Formats: sequence, C-alpha cells, structure tokens
Amino acid sequence: MSDAPATEAAGPSAPKVTDRAKAERRLGWMLCAPAVIAMLLVTAYPIGYAIVLSLQDVDLRFPDEGGFVGLDNYGAVLSSDLWWQGLFNTAFITVVSVVIELVLGMILALVMHRAIFGRGVVRTAVLIPYGIVTVVAAFAWFYAFDPASGFVDGLPFVADDKAWFGDRWSAMSVIIMAEVWKTTPFMALLLLAGLTTIDEGVYEAAKVDGANAVQRFFRITLPLMKPAILVALLFRTLDAFRVFDSIFVMTGGGQDTESVSILGYNQLISRLNLGLGSAVSVLIFILVLLIAFAFVRGFGATVPQGRQEA
Amino acid sequence: MAAGRTSKVFLALSASVAVITVGGCGGDEAGGGSTLTWFIFNEPSGALTTVAERCSEESGGRYSIEFEFLPNDADSQREQLVRRLGAEDSSIDIVGMDVIWTGEFANAGWLEEFTGETERAVSRNVFPSVLETAMHENALYGAPIWTNTELLWYRDDLVKKPPKTWDEMIAAAEQIGPEEGLIQVQGNRYEGLTVWVNQMIASAGTEILSGPEQIELAREPTERALSIMGRLSSSDVADPSITTSDEDTGRLAFQSGSSAFMLNYPFVYPSAEAEAPDIFKVMKAAKYPQVDASRPSAPPLGGINLGVSAFSENKDLTFEAIECLIQPENQLEIASAGGLPPVREDLYDEKEINEVYPGFAALIRDSINDAVPRPSESPAYQDISLAIQRAVHPTTEIDPQDPATTYEDLRDLLEQAINREGLL
Repeated sequence: MSDAPATEAAGPSAPKVTDRAKAERRLGWMLCAPAVIAMLLVTAYPIGYAIVLSLQDVDLRFPDEGGFVGLDNYGAVLSSDLWWQGLFNTAFITVVSVVIELVLGMILALVMHRAIFGRGVVRTAVLIPYGIVTVVAAFAWFYAFDPASGFVDGLPFVADDKAWFGDRWSAMSVIIMAEVWKTTPFMALLLLAGLTTIDEGVYEAAKVDGANAVQRFFRITLPLMKPAILVALLFRTLDAFRVFDSIFVMTGGGQDTESVSILGYNQLISRLNLGLGSAVSVLIFILVLLIAFAFVRGFGATVPQGRQEA
Repeated sequence: MAAGRTSKVFLALSASVAVITVGGCGGDEAGGGSTLTWFIFNEPSGALTTVAERCSEESGGRYSIEFEFLPNDADSQREQLVRRLGAEDSSIDIVGMDVIWTGEFANAGWLEEFTGETERAVSRNVFPSVLETAMHENALYGAPIWTNTELLWYRDDLVKKPPKTWDEMIAAAEQIGPEEGLIQVQGNRYEGLTVWVNQMIASAGTEILSGPEQIELAREPTERALSIMGRLSSSDVADPSITTSDEDTGRLAFQSGSSAFMLNYPFVYPSAEAEAPDIFKVMKAAKYPQVDASRPSAPPLGGINLGVSAFSENKDLTFEAIECLIQPENQLEIASAGGLPPVREDLYDEKEINEVYPGFAALIRDSINDAVPRPSESPAYQDISLAIQRAVHPTTEIDPQDPATTYEDLRDLLEQAINREGLL
C-alpha cells in the first residue's frame, strides 16, 4: 500500500513529500504504540519489579518480616555451591545440545533444500517435534526411558533394568536427547533460510572450477551461511540456557541435574522466597544478556540484516 | 524477547496478582444463597461432590458449595493455592490443605482460626496425632476431614510372618532374593522422601524439630536411621530405580510381582484387586516397620484438613459448611467411596469401615494412633522438606557404615532452612 510514496520519497521534490513521510512516521508510531505499551507492561514492569524484589528480604510466608537488604540476596546466591553447580549443568546442557543441534540441523537443512520430490511433506515431517509442547515432549521421553513403562530398556544392547534417571550422566543424556529432538527442527529451519539465500550460480562456477562436494560445502556454503548460522546459534543458545521443562519432568532436578531455572523456580514457587528467587532470576537475565552481547559483538551476528533481506 | 521469557517464573507470579481484580466471584447468587468455592484436588471417586451436595441441600439454600479442582500431586496443589492466597484472592472460601501446610498458611495470615463451639465441633473424637497437624502456635487452623497412613504391604506366599523391624525386613527380602523379593519405598527427591526420613528418625527415638524453629536431631539415633536407609538403598533387594521411586512406581512394581514388600498408602489395595488379581490374593498388610526392636514404629501421616481462607467474603458460612462437611456420615461416605480413612477414631467401630479395609481397619486405626506427623508446625516447612531431600538424596550414597557425612549435611541444611538462608 505504502510502496508508491516510498519510491517517490527518493525524488528531488522534497518539502511536500517530507511532510508526508513525517505524517507516516507519526502514524507508524501510533500504530506501534499499543504493542509498545503492552510490551512495557508485560515485560519491563515485571523485570523492574523483580530487580526491586531481589534487593529485599521478601518471603510470602513471613509477611511481617523483611525489608531492604541491598545485595545480600546476590551474595547468598553467588556464594552457594548450588548456584555454581546449576550454572555448570546449564552450560553443559546448552553447549552439548546446541552443538549436536547445529550438526543435525545442518544435515536436515541440506536434505530439505535438496529434496526433489515431496518437499512440503519432508519439511512438515521435520517440523513436527518443534510443534509439540515441550512438557508433552518431555513426558514422552520420560516414559520411553522409564524402566517401568518404557520401551528403551527392552531394546537390544540396553540393560533390561537400566534406571536412566537414577544416575547423573544417564539422566543428563536423556535430557539432552529430548532437547535436541525437540529443537533441531527450529535450527534446521533457520539454516534452511540461510541456504536458500545462496545463489546457485556460485555453485555452478565452483563446479566448473573443479571443486568437489566437500570443498563446495566448506568453501562456499559455510562462509556464505555464516550470518544465518550465528543467528540460529544465538537463538538456540538463549533458549537452551533457560532449560526447565525437560529437567522438571524427568528428574525434578535430582541426580545433580538442576539448571539455574529450576533453582530459581525452587526459591520462588516452592519456598516463596521472592527476594532470593528474584535474585536468581535477575542473574539468569544478566547471563542471557551477556550471551546475546557476546554473539552480537564478538561474532558479529546481525539479527536485523536478515530481516531487511527478507 | 529474551527478557520476557527469562523471567517467566516471576511473570507467573505477577500474573497471579492480576487475578485479584478479576477473580472475585464469591458473591451472592440470584436465589439469595451464597456460593462457596472449595479448592481441592479432584478426588476420583466423586465422594467429595456427594458430600458437598448433601451439605448444600441441608443448608436450605443459604449456601451452595462449588468446586475448583487442583492438580493431583501435592506440590502442584500447593503451588496454585499459595499463588492465589499470596495474591489475596477472594475466590477461595474452603481451602483443601495437605496436612503439612498448616504452619505455613497460618503464619502467612491466609487462614482464619477455628474458635469456640466450631473448634470443639471439628475436633471432637479426632485422633490426637491428626489434630496436631491442624494446629499452629496452639491454635486450630484446619478441620481434618480425612487422614492417611502407610502400611507395610507384603506377599504372604513369600513371607510367613511380617517383619517387625527394618533389619528383619531387609534380611527376609535378601533371603527371597532380588527376583521377586524387592522392597518398594519412596526414594525420589520429593515430599515422599521427606516422609520416609521423618518416620525413620522418629522411630529411632529422636525428632527433626523440637519446636517451630528448634532443631533436635540427636546424632546417634539419626545416624542409626540413616544407616538403615543407606543399607537398604545399596542392597540387591532395593528397586533398581529407588532414587526415582514414588508411591505409584512402587505400586506398579509390586503389582508386577517383582516385590515382596512395599511401604505404601491403602489405595494400593483396591488398585491391586482391579489390576493384578493374582498378586491381590497374596497381598497382606502389617504395621510400618520399626527401626529398633524395642521402640514402637512411627507410621507416616497424610490426609487433608479444611481451612477457611482469610480472604473469603463469606467466612461465617464457610465455617458452617466445613462443620457440615466433616460430619461422621460424610467421613464414612468418603471412606466407602474413596477409600480414605476417617479422622474420627469412633468411626472405626462402624461396619462400613471394615468393609472398606477388610481385615485391616484395626491396623489403620492403630497406625494413625501411633503416627508421627512431619515437622509442619514450622512455617518454613517447605524449606525444611527441601533441605531433607537435598541432604539424603540419593539414598544410595548414604554410607551405611559411616552415615556421619550425611548427618552433617542434614544438620547444616536444616539450619539453613530454619534461618531461611541461602539457596535450597
């Protein structure tokens, strides 16, 4: 609709069109305003309130006690073994699952890109796990590996009474498998978007020059896909860092599989210690910001660029 | 975007604050009577609906009780209740509380106290151990409606005489062997593990707390209790999944024929009748085992107490409704239909109770009389329970020869819980 004025704006007859552009910009802001206000209400306000709570000793069960305690809650969190244990677990799950997802996602993306027949079916089939609610997926994996009800212990080369959730590393591996299964499609989809932007002509030229398939992948596909890969990694890392559902369903945080989100949940929802719990939440928030910052500044991931191209 | 999702936990909390403004619906209906809302888990037999309808009718239209069902497991029930009560939600009138929430809810100012004639009415003939679960600082904050306890279930085709102590039980199971001699307990990191620890410690002759904020935990008996837990957990006759076991995994394993012993609530009996008739035929009940041969056993205590929300708009009617709901005939209805043991000791002489618990009604009565509640008089009970779970889980790692490390952990974490310090 607004295409025509936008092209006109490039023309030399300036003042009249500028007024129009200004009016359009104002209209744009007014149209955005409800969304911006809603975002402020539902995200900025709770975040601000959490920061305020994290500086107080607030416990819903002891309404008469408490007050401002400065950074005490942060001190309590950062001096606790549980926090560092949880942080290690979270980082471990994040790194391992994101690496596996990247490899699998890339393979899936290549398959989806090259699929000659049944493209729609292949893409839909690959996306199904991502469409399943995380808690439901977690339960499916839990019951599959549960010795009482699961089929996994009935498979060849698996001990019949293997208690998958009874040991830290086996529990961790099931959690990671569930995460990978669930979110690889998301990774594949982002990578596929990157793949489709590569001009086929480049490959033709490489073929003419005698590059084989492996060379073409590492010399052409990967470098040209770097922006897409970084965006995919950024999104998945931020997402994986907040892992909660799978752990909650499978071990409840037992066997030393607790993530920082589970830790925050325990303080906030089980203990109703809003001060400590908010401190945990704010720390998670800061870590997520740091990860995003590292990706954007350190590796040069540029989110908006992809949108302009689209 | 990242920000919004990171903070989902406290978003949920603040969302529940928003509920206050829209949640109030306890007002009068067109007919003149008030609607009272009962928050309780959805007891599957439907007995609660029956008794609620009965009381609504008896009130002659002054009130009618409606349900708002909570999830099945206790932790999720509590989560929903505390979020609403913490936000002063007036839509709750009758609070269906697990026996362990009294101290926490009362101290937070979420419950009305039972006094005078109502107090006398709701505590008449109630087992003292059960009534204790509804008290906080010498005041009554709940009306017990049903109770529960764990029994030692065993197979009389494998076991001639039920063991009295844990040692005897482990020895008997080892003689049968791990093929069909497993012992089912609750060892996952959840409330059920706290129950196990509490009963072991009580039966060894000490207690976790001696007052709401006073740790007792005498070293020698506590270490004896922990040592037995460690020995069972690392023996052949423990279920391979003991560190993730709960009431339901135990029930299923027992029904599958792998186990000679199981500590569990009476719901397993009708369940076995329906799902595993062969096992049911040889399934017998005995009292919860003792730690020492010389000291009585200390069976666990579960069940539900009914509280009056401090934010209810119809408190007088709510008290009246609760008084009706816990009437003997209603307790009998809940027992007959739902299999949940009554809280009034005199009811155990009734014929119906012997029909629900064929041959073990007296055992249940005896167990409830001897039962030792968890230390829920403390408002920080949730912290205490988390601390216990953290200290002893996984029970396979308690060294039976030298449980001192676990004891130290338990003591340290309990102190942290009582002082409400640090992460748990």
